[in-house]
Amino acid sequence: MEENIKKDNIRKEENLVYIKTKLMTDKVLSYCPGCGHGTTHRIIMEVVDEMGIQSETIGIAPVGCAVLAYEFMNIDMQEAAHGRAPAMATAMKRLMPEKFIFSYQGDGDLAAIGTAETIHACNRGENITIIFVNNGIYGMTGGQMAPTTLPGMKSSTSPYGRDVATMGNPLKITELIAQLPGTYFVTRQAVHTPANVRKTKKAIRKAFENQKLKKGLSFVEVVSNCNSGWKMAPVQSNEWMVENMFPFYPLGDIKIEGELVK
Amino acid sequence: MKELRLMKGNEAISEAAIRAGCDGYFGYPITPQSEIMEYLMLEKPEERTGMIVLQAESELASINMVYGGAACGKRVMTSSSSPGISLMQEGISYMAGAELPSLVVNVVRGGPGLGTIQPSQSDYFQATKGGGHGDYHIITLAPSSVQEMADFVGLAFDLAFKYRNPAMILSDGAIGQMMEKVEFDEHRPRFTNEEIRKNTPWATTGKTPDRERNIITSLDLDPARQELHNIKLQAKYRKIEQNEVRFEKIVCDDAEYVFVAYGTSARICQKAIQLAREKGIKVGLFRPITLYPFPKNEINELSKKVKGMLSVEMSAGQMIEDVLLAAERNIKIEHFGKMGGIIPSPAEVVEALEQKIIGG
Repeated sequence: MEENIKKDNIRKEENLVYIKTKLMTDKVLSYCPGCGHGTTHRIIMEVVDEMGIQSETIGIAPVGCAVLAYEFMNIDMQEAAHGRAPAMATAMKRLMPEKFIFSYQGDGDLAAIGTAETIHACNRGENITIIFVNNGIYGMTGGQMAPTTLPGMKSSTSPYGRDVATMGNPLKITELIAQLPGTYFVTRQAVHTPANVRKTKKAIRKAFENQKLKKGLSFVEVVSNCNSGWKMAPVQSNEWMVENMFPFYPLGDIKIEGELVK
Repeated sequence: MKELRLMKGNEAISEAAIRAGCDGYFGYPITPQSEIMEYLMLEKPEERTGMIVLQAESELASINMVYGGAACGKRVMTSSSSPGISLMQEGISYMAGAELPSLVVNVVRGGPGLGTIQPSQSDYFQATKGGGHGDYHIITLAPSSVQEMADFVGLAFDLAFKYRNPAMILSDGAIGQMMEKVEFDEHRPRFTNEEIRKNTPWATTGKTPDRERNIITSLDLDPARQELHNIKLQAKYRKIEQNEVRFEKIVCDDAEYVFVAYGTSARICQKAIQLAREKGIKVGLFRPITLYPFPKNEINELSKKVKGMLSVEMSAGQMIEDVLLAAERNIKIEHFGKMGGIIPSPAEVVEALEQKIIGG
């Protein structure tokens, strides 16, 4: 019995259900245990690996928790100033139209400080992929209110809960950019269950395929948890996300092949 | 074969960029430099050389487009005027930190704030001292003719790539708007993908199996490594200061006094020299062409031979601080200038020389 549970006996071809993609580096992730960033990183790299486009893919890391994304993804990457990734991606794609260009951005980066760059890159229909991780908080700087923080939600700069009368409403930027003629594929997904991970991966794959087909801008929002910022245990934060974030940010495709989903 | 044209300084920048093998221009309209993008859009450089031209949504976007393109090893540029250049300081600082070659053209107008659309030289500090956050410098070239507007585009790109550093052409509204004859070099080709891989091996062109992944960033959270990076940057700036000083001396051999002036002010001083010499005042002109690196040693040498120096600038007196640091202190050194978009007349410059230096 004991003999059977040794590593070497388990690591056999027939038992192999998953291996770490070789496009993730060996660097230990800097994300909090339970955070959705790591999973999102992995599935992007799986897509790049499966499409065989490592040598043609250039990513852009944001300012925020994913500021060090380039440490974990084994591809050429640039580190943007806060919110400016879509502007960089615009130039990169225009100058190297044969390459696959994606930005990886959080809610503060994409929907607050970088709103103008986001909207205009989307409106021009740049042939790029934007991955938008929305956890409703500024994680890196210690849990401040984000543009996507829910009404009533507590953060370090909305300690009594987000008061929309004085702090404004959360911004549904994904619905907003879906209205623009330049966006081709807009979807909102999550990575808290294996089924959702598979769906998100499929969406990311589609987003990269769209670049190949020169279809215009693909935008994949990943609604994620921030257990540290929300001051919850990982499992509890995912439950809270399902109960509170998903009703406000419903999952599913918003725009397919340039047409809004009715 | 050289080609002779009559055009505005701003247009000369654009034509020279196409001919310098520039890969991309990203800009946002602002007076007095809008002709740069207008000329490019009209000229369709994509058909001539493959050069991309894009009107961005803001100067913030323009400079970050330049960042993204520069990080791919491309020859990319933007242009603006003072308020727009202030917005670009974030991106310029990031590019200095990430050591990216690029060209930023500033056709200066009077400030502060929205100021005026008339020419000024009040962005000298911002250009030469590192206008954004952090310890850095950008190579700063100051043209004083339409010809130099054209010539400095290729030069700025070459210096930027030589040192992996942003370069700036610091012009002003007068030179941008005035028309003169200008001779253009033949086209030089844009970099091929092969050349980019060979000459800029750090560029993010896609990780191939034969090399490690390339990362373009200005971030290093480890203070010891960040300090080392800063030390490396400073060593580069010392090298630039040693190798790249450019200047022009006009009738300085017999001069008892010199004007120190760049750009439009240098043009005015040339006329002022004529007026002064008619009065029997032996005055010459020292014209810094690189404002960073500043010609310190040459100013120092000159200061040993003359009785006084007048720093003539269309500002409250910015370059004079560098002149004072460079020159021997036993001579009279004063500033004369106009602010808010006023261009001084040659007669006023001579009068200032007589009052502040000779009679002072």
